[in-house]
This record gives sequence, structure tokens and C-alpha cells, in this order.
Amino acid sequence: MVLAESGFSSPRNDAFPAGLRVLVVDDDPTWLKILEKMLKKCSYEVTTCCLAREALNLLRERKDGYDIVISDVNMPDMDGFKLLEHVGLEMDLPVIMMSVDGETSRVMKGVQHGACDYLLKPIRMKELRNIWQHVFRKKIHEVRDIESLEGFESIQMTRSGYDLFDDGHFLSGDDTTSGRKRKDADNKHDDRELSDPSSTKKARVVWTVDLHQKFVKAVNQIGFDKVGPKKILDLMNVPWLTRENVASHLQKYRLYLSRLQKESDIKNSFIGMKHSDLPSKDSTASFGPHKAMNMIPDDVPNGTYSFSASNSLAQNVDLKGQGDLKGITSAPVAEPKGALSIDIHDSHEAKSTQMSFDHSLGSVDSAVSFASFNSTTPLQYPWTEIPEIQFKQECEPLHLENGFSQLPLPGPSMIENEANRSRIEVKPLLEESRSNFVEHLGPVGAEDLFPIQSKSQSLNNQVFDLISATKSSMKTQDVGLNYLADSEFALRNLNASGVGVPLATLSEDLQICWLQGDCYPMNYGLQDLECSTYDNPALMAETPFHLYDVLRFDHEHLFDPTEYYAIDQGLFA
Amino acid sequence: MDRYGMQNQIACIRSLFDQGYLDEQFIQLEELQDDANPNFVQEIVTLFYTDSTRLIQNIELTLNSRPINFSKLDDYMHQFKGSSSSIGAKKVTSECAVFRQYCAAGNAEAYIKQEHAILRKKLEFYFQMMGQAAVAQTT
Repeated sequence: MVLAESGFSSPRNDAFPAGLRVLVVDDDPTWLKILEKMLKKCSYEVTTCCLAREALNLLRERKDGYDIVISDVNMPDMDGFKLLEHVGLEMDLPVIMMSVDGETSRVMKGVQHGACDYLLKPIRMKELRNIWQHVFRKKIHEVRDIESLEGFESIQMTRSGYDLFDDGHFLSGDDTTSGRKRKDADNKHDDRELSDPSSTKKARVVWTVDLHQKFVKAVNQIGFDKVGPKKILDLMNVPWLTRENVASHLQKYRLYLSRLQKESDIKNSFIGMKHSDLPSKDSTASFGPHKAMNMIPDDVPNGTYSFSASNSLAQNVDLKGQGDLKGITSAPVAEPKGALSIDIHDSHEAKSTQMSFDHSLGSVDSAVSFASFNSTTPLQYPWTEIPEIQFKQECEPLHLENGFSQLPLPGPSMIENEANRSRIEVKPLLEESRSNFVEHLGPVGAEDLFPIQSKSQSLNNQVFDLISATKSSMKTQDVGLNYLADSEFALRNLNASGVGVPLATLSEDLQICWLQGDCYPMNYGLQDLECSTYDNPALMAETPFHLYDVLRFDHEHLFDPTEYYAIDQGLFA
Repeated sequence: MDRYGMQNQIACIRSLFDQGYLDEQFIQLEELQDDANPNFVQEIVTLFYTDSTRLIQNIELTLNSRPINFSKLDDYMHQFKGSSSSIGAKKVTSECAVFRQYCAAGNAEAYIKQEHAILRKKLEFYFQMMGQAAVAQTT
């Protein structure tokens, strides 16, 4: 058998991308037919279905049956973005979204949910011709990850086994193909020990529902805030699964949860923020979200700060696709072992950081600051992504609004002032905090961060619970309430003043978002963390059963303010 | 087909394009037609017609209900916009966009009804033309 070095220049390469197995999901029968015809003309293998649920079933039935999924955004039975998430979580296939609506915010949402492309209807045939690039790209990245992580061995395996290319498009020989297919079959359909562990590692892992359940169980057991790929892997006890598999899955999982949270937030959102026209890096600078993060330390312990493998950071950055992020994050991030949570991007970190500082939340301060520092690093990069930030902010305020209408507002005036302050004014504060953080950060190791984070996470969770108005247990309610009240108030003020805050550099939308973000941090303190998502019990109804456990777990993991204080003491002693 | 027949066909299609009813998408559809699917365009147009009739019915229902459910209306219009873009129904698509804007603004019922009526008329005329075009295509 002749195997090319890189594995990409096999004789069968000529065939690729012909025979690409595409699954098209669209409730519009006209479009379904047109797309089918177009894809067939590209020599692809097409399967169509008009219901998202049906699509998921098809995908689950034939784990290795498709290379790429194209889905419409607006569908009656399930939101296209949700389908996107599921596919990403369970099958790890590239998904292309399409819609007649090309509004920037929607496109952004698609990318945030993990879409590898977003096509506008009417779709041209030439656009469909190139969809194979997404499949190819994913393969390459898988190879890269595995090679870099496992070194020579994996490269050898890659060469000889081509396990990575499940769909066989890249196999160079029949032997390899069949061998690979066998291995793939083992990998995909068993979820269990594979006869050849080393080779199975290289194959693309298909996260079946069972496997995902195991994963979620493990995450719950460990504690969402303390979770890390290694721990999860150990708990799952799936021999053929690698740490890298778990890490990337964890990343997606966090994304998913944050999406759910956001969706719930958006529902309650009273501010229809548009993330469109966000000048990427520039805005970031003007916003100084980074700063905001620093400020957080003073404030309330922000909630979620999930940690994922350090390499996930990089992944996150890639996900977001914002150049600045990478730069920003790498610098401050001390790369604690647990790594930074991906969700940080997603979370409303930025929001929380900004205004909260002045809003002292007593005991949590130091803890918060500490946590926020850590979170700052990851937060940094979400901030560079203005759209993202806005998005989060959008959600955040909403939460607060709904959840805490009856809550007392401690020091509202402070919030107000904060809110009305121009960013520039706030900046110096942030910068100060940041420097403080740096100092504190030094001695603290990754391990130290975890407890804080979990605490903040709990807090965050609580906040979200409140927000979502679900009846989740709110043990640390008092702490959360305070935070929420503040943020709510702040939000209200912001809203009232509208875009009054002089953020000349930003578009109106941005301003509003930013403002909202400011308020948010006030209440949440460590907003930068994933706060928004998983912990929201309200999401439970929507979340798949396997996610429910995680959510509940988070709630249980509550702590009281005194703990923060203790931590605080410990940290800064 | 004789020369006049062809000329008629061309004229018919061209008029649709000139009047802004059709755009490049329709050409795309024509290009998709081949031996494997000799009546592709006609099939698509028929499919579209059926689907959009249903949609229009729903839209009418929504418009007639009190109070008007604007979000539902918006959904329908979005669907309709998507559908009409599939065959390159340019004007219809843009009308839908305008319509949706008004829905978003929650404007007065009267206006919407009026717009809807206009849209409907245009659509019917459009379908007529499309029907002619499809028939002309296959002859």
C-alpha cells in the first residue's frame, strides 16, 4: 500500500471532494429540492430532510454517515442554531448555516454557535461547490491536534492508518481504507474499548449520546467549576478516548451551555441589541473591557469561571476568530493548569467587569478580584470580539432585569454613576485593578484559582438561576441578589439614559451593549467567567436530558459569601 | 419549435426579468435543468407555487385575526421571503422585506393590509407570468 507522507496526496484524492456526503436540512421544500439538485451537480451525495429532529436522528443513526451538514436557520420544530450545537457536540461535523436573512447579528450568532460558514439565500451553485473545504479543514486540524499532542506516535499512526479521515476521502489505498473503516467502526459504534487503542485514538471521535452522557456525568461528579479534561477522562473510563478528545468536547459543551443561557437571556431581553457593525479591534480598545475585568476583583465574586484545558484557550480563540483575542489572552493568561474557560468568551465577562468595582461586595472582593484576574485573561479575548461582547451583554442585562425587580438596590447611585461615566473615566480604575491583580496573581497557582472560581461560579449560577426565574435552589441567594439588584438597577439606568453615555467611538448598538455590560459586571462581579450559561436552571427545560444533570449540579455547588471571604483572606494573606 | 415560438418564449422570460420580477436565481435554476431533470424549472415553480399559496393563506389568516400577531406575521413573511428567493422572485422578496420592516415596527393594521393586498396582487400576476414562463420553457 502506498501511503503519502502527509496523507493528503493519496491517489484517491482525485475523487475528493466528489462523493462528499451532505445532509441538507430545510423546512422549505422548494429550497430543499433546489439544493439537492445543486449538490448533486457538484457530484456530492445528498440526503435531504425538512425537519431538524429528523436530521438529528439521521445523524445519530449513521454516526459516520455524513461529512457535512447544511441547515437553514429558521425552522419550525427546532432553531437552526440549536441543531448546529447538537451536531457540533455530538457528531463534531462541520455545519453550514443558511438563511435569507443576512443581518450581521444573525451571521455572528451563527459563527458563535459554531457554524463554519453562513450562506445567504439565494444560494449560488458556486458557493456550494466549495463546501468541501470545511470538511478538509476539520480533518487537517484534527491531525494537527493529535500530532502535536501525541507526537511521533500519532504521526506514525496517521501515516499508516489514516484514522483521522473517517470518510475515507483521504485514504490512499484500499487496504488502508478498509482498515481505517474497521477502526472507525470500532471507534464510532462501540464507545468502548477498542482493540487497538493507539490507532483508535487518532480516529475522529463521534460523541454518541451515550458517550456524551458519560461525559456529562463525569463533569457533574467532578464539579463543573473544577472540571478539567484529565479528570473527566479518568472518570469516564473510556479507554480509547484521549484527553484531547475530551478537551475539545468540553469546549463545545461549554459553548453549548453558554448558548442556552444566552437564548434564555435573549428571551427576556428588553434591549434588542444589535451586534452589527462592530468594529472589531478598535472598539475593543475603546471599550476597555479588559479593564473592566480588572475592576471586577473589587466587586462581587463573579460566577462562572470554567476551566478547560489550556489548549482550549487557543481553541476558543480560534473559534471566535478574532485576531486580537489571541494576542490578548496569551499575554496575561498565566495558563493555569485548568486552563481558561472557553465560555469566558461567551460569558458576559465584559459586562460584569466594568462597573462592578465600585460596588463593593464586601467579602467577595478579594476573592473576586483574584478570580477576576484569572478570568481577565480569558476575558481579554472575548472582549476583543466586540460582537461577542455585545451579544453577551445583551443577554446579561436581560437577566438581571427579569430576575430582580423586587430586589433592593444597594448603592444604586453608585451604579448609576458608574454607568454614566464614560468609558474613559472608568478605564483608569480598571487599569489599577489590573495591576493589583497582577500582583495577586503571582503566587496563586492554578489550583488556587479553582476554588475561587467555583465559588464565583456558584454565585454566578445563582445569579442565573434568579435571572431565569426558575426555582433553582439559591443558597447563596443573598449574595447573588445583591449583585443582581445592582446590575438591574444599573441596567435600568443605562437603559433610561439610553445611549447617553458618551461612547463616541462606538456605534449606538455598541454603546448600549457596552453600557449594559457595565451594569452587568456590577452585579455579577466576576462576570467574565462563563457565568451566563450552564447554570441557568431555566435552561433545563430546553436542555437535553444529559445536560440537565450538569445544570443541577452547578446549583448544588453553591457557597456562601463567607467562603469568599475566607478564600479572600487566604489568597491575599 | 419554430422561430416564432422561440422568440415568444424568450420575450416572455425577458419581460419578467426586465420588470424586475425575476433575477439571476432563475437563471441558476435554468442552468440546473439537464437531462436527468428535464422539467426541473417547472417542478420547482410548481412546488413554489403550492408552498407559497399555503403561506399566503396563513398570512391572511394572521392578518384577519385580532389582535394581529406580528411576530407570527413576521415569521411567515420571513418564510415567504426565503421561498420566493429560491426561484429568484426578486420583487416579491423585496416586498417581503419591506413588509417585515413594517411588521417589526408594529405599524397600523390598515397599512399592512394594504401592503398585503398589493403584494397579493403582484404575486398573482407573478404566478401567472411564472406559469407562462414555465410552460414556455418546457415547450
